[in-house]
Parts: sequence; structure tokens; C-alpha cells
Amino acid sequence: MSLKKVLTGNHAVSYGATSARVQVISAYPITPQTTIVELLSEIVAEGKLDAIFVNVESEHSAMSACIGASAAGARAFTATSAQGLALMHEMLHWAAGARLPIVMANVNRAMAPPWSIWTDQNDSLAQRDTGWMQFYTESNQEAYDYVILAYKVAEQVLLPTMLVLDAFVLSHTSEPVEIYDQEKVDEFLPPYEPKFVIEPGKPLGYGALAKPDTYMEFRYKMQRSMERAVKVIEEETKKFNDMFNRNYGLVEPYMMDDADYVIVTSGAMTSTARAAVHELREEGNKVGLLKMKTFRPFPFEKVREYLSGRKKVAVLDRNISFGHHGIFYEEIKSAMYQVEPKVPIHGYILGLGGRDVTKKDIKEIYEDLQKREELSEIVWKGVKL
Amino acid sequence: MIMRNWTVPMEENLLKGHVACQGCLGALSMRLMLKGLGTNVAVVIPACCWTIISGDVLYHALKVPVFHTAFETAAITATGVKAGLTMRGKGDTTVLAWAGDGGTFDIGLQAISGAAERNEDIIYAVYDNEAYMNTGIQRSSATPYGAWTTTTPAKRPEDKPKKDIVEILAAHRVPYVATVTPAYPEDFLRKVEKAKKIKGFRFFHILSPCPPGWKMPSDYSVQAARLAVQTKVFPLLEIENGEKYTINYEYPKDVPLEEYLKLQGRFKHLFKTPEKIEHIKEQVKKRWDYLLMRHKLTHGTTDNIVRKVFYK
Repeated sequence: MSLKKVLTGNHAVSYGATSARVQVISAYPITPQTTIVELLSEIVAEGKLDAIFVNVESEHSAMSACIGASAAGARAFTATSAQGLALMHEMLHWAAGARLPIVMANVNRAMAPPWSIWTDQNDSLAQRDTGWMQFYTESNQEAYDYVILAYKVAEQVLLPTMLVLDAFVLSHTSEPVEIYDQEKVDEFLPPYEPKFVIEPGKPLGYGALAKPDTYMEFRYKMQRSMERAVKVIEEETKKFNDMFNRNYGLVEPYMMDDADYVIVTSGAMTSTARAAVHELREEGNKVGLLKMKTFRPFPFEKVREYLSGRKKVAVLDRNISFGHHGIFYEEIKSAMYQVEPKVPIHGYILGLGGRDVTKKDIKEIYEDLQKREELSEIVWKGVKL
Repeated sequence: MIMRNWTVPMEENLLKGHVACQGCLGALSMRLMLKGLGTNVAVVIPACCWTIISGDVLYHALKVPVFHTAFETAAITATGVKAGLTMRGKGDTTVLAWAGDGGTFDIGLQAISGAAERNEDIIYAVYDNEAYMNTGIQRSSATPYGAWTTTTPAKRPEDKPKKDIVEILAAHRVPYVATVTPAYPEDFLRKVEKAKKIKGFRFFHILSPCPPGWKMPSDYSVQAARLAVQTKVFPLLEIENGEKYTINYEYPKDVPLEEYLKLQGRFKHLFKTPEKIEHIKEQVKKRWDYLLMRHKLTHGTTDNIVRKVFYK
């Protein structure tokens, strides 16, 4: 029997790692991630999870310990936020380049200075080009589910995976979460059987010097794996949905069928946007919502499938690439560039550093979108000028 | 230090075809280390000369697996490998972190301190050639006072003493800290075999002369390492649990420091400033006296220090 528990997003992640039977956990405290690994250390200490917990002296080391453990063939897990993730940056490249299926939860937190512990996506999106897959979760149930799903995908395509959840809105807010039977999780996610592993008696070198005549092929293969991951994610998500009665996808549409206008979101603000779209629909507006669940690999086909032929699209970004625009906006616009007829796409920056995103904000964006003529002008929502 | 009846395993776990420079004691050190440890070993190598020496992605010069990792992460990556192997039922494998002085004294110190403080069950070995040799001889905090490097030119040579890494590790109260050099291979092997049996964090400080970096012919490196011991610049010692100090060897004759310095082009300019040589002598003596004091505290005497002429 599965079990319903009232859990914070962070504890949902801890349970996800437990259900996934992670074998090595290494972490360093940082708000708002800390309670993920606090609970995990308790679970390990109580013997409910057969794992080694390494309390390290920095996030850089937390990721390095996971890299060593994963290279030795163990299922490795860590969690972090903001500055911690930034400190890991070098090793994020290493984990991906070494083709290690590590899973990490990143609790989205705004980067300092000025100090902030509240949510925005600049920490995780700044790691865009490291070779990690990224899933943005909307609810605590998703946070739990995507730890399991992340390992299933990562271990097939041999790329590390980051699941992302919003600081406080998810991390410290309680919701009912269904925890599955261990047997069922084991059936979905069998033990990790690595093809290449550090093992005495197998004198192989991993990650040695690649000269210009060999390096490029490593990168080509990473990209091919990322491309393949799109298919693997779709297949595994379908299996997961069937087995655990969920409705996940690479992207997730809401009231999109006849929508002229589309609002694109990611993360926890999607729930607010969904409520706003629902009300707008009741008022007779032809508006829909598209949730970006998967950011890497980028779901080109799905984005084109859902956004083609619409009158206008608003992309909501809880992040900014300084000197350019919101990052989801940039990427969605680029994915839609060759689509005819052209779909006008407008980008809105909002909710940075944990500023509330309300239903009213979403509705106002919808109003603004209808009036907006210019292309690609950056729109700040809720900034005090 | 037992000189008679010591045996060296015939097995070679460092193969021909590695790409170390001629006279590289970093290569000889690995050869000895793996003779002592055998092949139930996994090696972790951060950025250092050994990133190159073990071979590029198409070749592998060791009979044991090697995982290459980032500069500052040897100790923690090795910790992770040990944890991963343990979870896969291979906890009896010795995990060796093998790093240069830059990766140990400087950029890797934080992770080493963490792993040492947690008493992780790994062996950490630094082959210390006293500068960033792989990038072309820049000073590190292991560069000795007075030495020339490309970033401490002869007109303004290194003006700080070498960081005392051994005392830093001893202060972590780790089970085993040893200094070795391939110029005394029997001492090297005995310590490796001893360390292999100890559980917890074990640290080897290996003096590893580098002919291009030290500006000397490639056939001088063993002699340079031997003179470093004979002049007491690099005492051979063991520190157990941070408190039990043992000086393993004292050369019975006085060898002037100049014998060691004059072998190496990196100290050539020092002979124009004899007061600097005097300064080094004072520092060497101070350190030696301190070690004698610690040895005496441990053993109650200094008479048990081996004092024989084994090599010229």
C-alpha cells in the first residue's frame, strides 16, 4: 500500500531519495535546502536506508564526493541551493563530462549580493550549459516523483540530473504527498548496473587527457545523449504515469486546446497561473497555460507543437540573463524562430528574489499581452520604479 | 628503517610507456607506491604532472584504475570512490589520492582538511616537487625559501618558508603521517606496507625532485633527494595519531647544506647572498631540533634513531 504523508517539498525530496535507494549522500548545509539532507541523515542513521552519508566541508566537495561514488558505481545524491550550486559549478561540468548519473535537488534561491534566501531561478539556469538535465517541479508530489524518475532517465543516458523546486513556496510548505510501495518503486527503478566503473582488476583510466584529435567526439556524444534523453524521458514518464497514476510530460498543457493566448511558466508559480487561467477562461477568455517541466534537454518539438498557430505567447521568467532577457523566453523564442506563421512572443520578468507572483499579476500580464505590439521588449512585472 | 633483508615486490604496476620526464621522481614514487600497495587499488589523480604521465585517453600506463578529477578535489573524490566501492561490497580496496604539491599545499588543502578531520579511510600521497611544474615552474606554498621559480625570479626569489604540511596533517590527529623519498626506497616501501594495514586517513609526503623544475641534469634527482635527507632539509619521519613522532634516519656525518643547494640551478643565485644560506641553515636546524624533541618525548631517547651510512 502506498502511503499519504503531509510533507514539505524538501522532505518529499528526502523521501524520494529514500524510495530511489540512493547509496551515497554527500551534502553541505545551505538554506533553504538543508532540511532535505537533515531528514536523509536521520533516515540513514535509523537504518531505514542502506547508504553512506558524507558530511563534507563545502558544496564543491559534496559534488566531488558524489562524483567519486558514482564513478565507483554507487547511486549518489546531493542537494543544494544558490551559492552552493554556484560553488559546485566546476564539478557539475565534471559530473556530466564523466557521464555520471548523479541526481541533485536544487532548491531555487536567488543569488547574492544582496543576500536573499528566497526563490528565483538564476542559480539553476546559470548551470544551463554544464550538461545536466533539468526538471522544474511544481508541487511536493512532483518533487518526490522526480527524484525517482530522474535516476531512471539519468542511468540510461548517463548524464546527471537536477530537479528544481522553489525556495519556501515548495521547500518549506506542506502538502499531502503519496509515498509509493517500495516494491513498486524497485520495479520501476531497479538497482544501478553501471557499464563502466572504477573497480580493482579493471585498469582503466577515466577522464585522462584528450587531445584535439579525440576531445570533440566526447562532446558530440554528450549532445547525442541529451537528444536521446528527450525520447527516454517521454517513455519513462509514460511508464511512470501508468504505474503511479500521474499525468506528467516534458511540458504540461492546461486549457490549451482552443487557446489564442498562451502563458508559459515553470516551477511553483504554475499553480498560481493555472488558477488565473481557469478564472480567465470562466470570464470567456481563450487563454491556456504551458508548463515547462523539462528545461534540459530542451523540448523543442513539444514547444513548437503547443505554441504554433497561437495569437500571442507570454513567457514568464523568474530569472534574468543580464543584457539579454528572461532565459525561458530566449529559449522558447529561439525554438519558435523558424515556425511559420510567426507567433509573437513576449517576455515578462517577475518574482525575483522571492517576490510574490499573484493571480492578479498573471491576469494583468494577460491584459498586457493582448495590447502589446512591439517584439522582444523586456517587460518587468511588479518592479518598484 | 631496516636495511638488511628487505624485499621489493618484483611486480611492476607502472608500465613502460608512461610519459614522465627523464629523472622524474614522481614516476619512481608511483612505481614504489604501487609495489607496496599491489593492485587491489583505485587511484584518484587531480590536475598535476600525473594527469599527463599516466597517458592520454587512448593509453593507460598503470595496472590499476585511475579516475582523474579536478585540481582541488583529490581527497574528497577519493572519499567518494571509497564510499561507492564500499556500497558495492568492495570496501577492502585501497583508495589512493595521488596529487602534486599545488593540489595539496594550496588549492586542495580545504578538501584534505575535511577528509583528514573525518578520518576518511584513504591514503593521500603528495609527490612534492616544490612548485607548479606541470604549468611550467611557478611557486607554490611548497616552494622552499630562496628558490627560483618563474614567478619568484632570481632577483626576487621565494622569500617565505615552505608550508609545513606534515604538521598541518599531524594537527588533524590522523592515524598516520609519513615523509618518504624514493632515494630511500626501503624506508618508502616499509611505510607503504605499514600504512596499508592502517584504517583511516593516511598521509604521505614524498619529496620528489624534478630535473627541469630544479634546474639540474636528469641523473641528479635521486642524489638530490638523498642529499635532502642527509642535510636534514627533508627528514624521514612518521607521526602516528598526531602525537607519536619517530625520526627514521639521521645521516651520521655532517653534510653542509651547500652540497644540496649547489646541485640545483634554482638555488644558484643564493651563493651571492650567503646570509640567505645561513638563514636556511638556521631554519633547518630549528626544525630538526624540534623533531628531536618530539622523538624524545615519544621514545624517551634519541639513541634509537638509525644512524648508519647506507648510501653515499
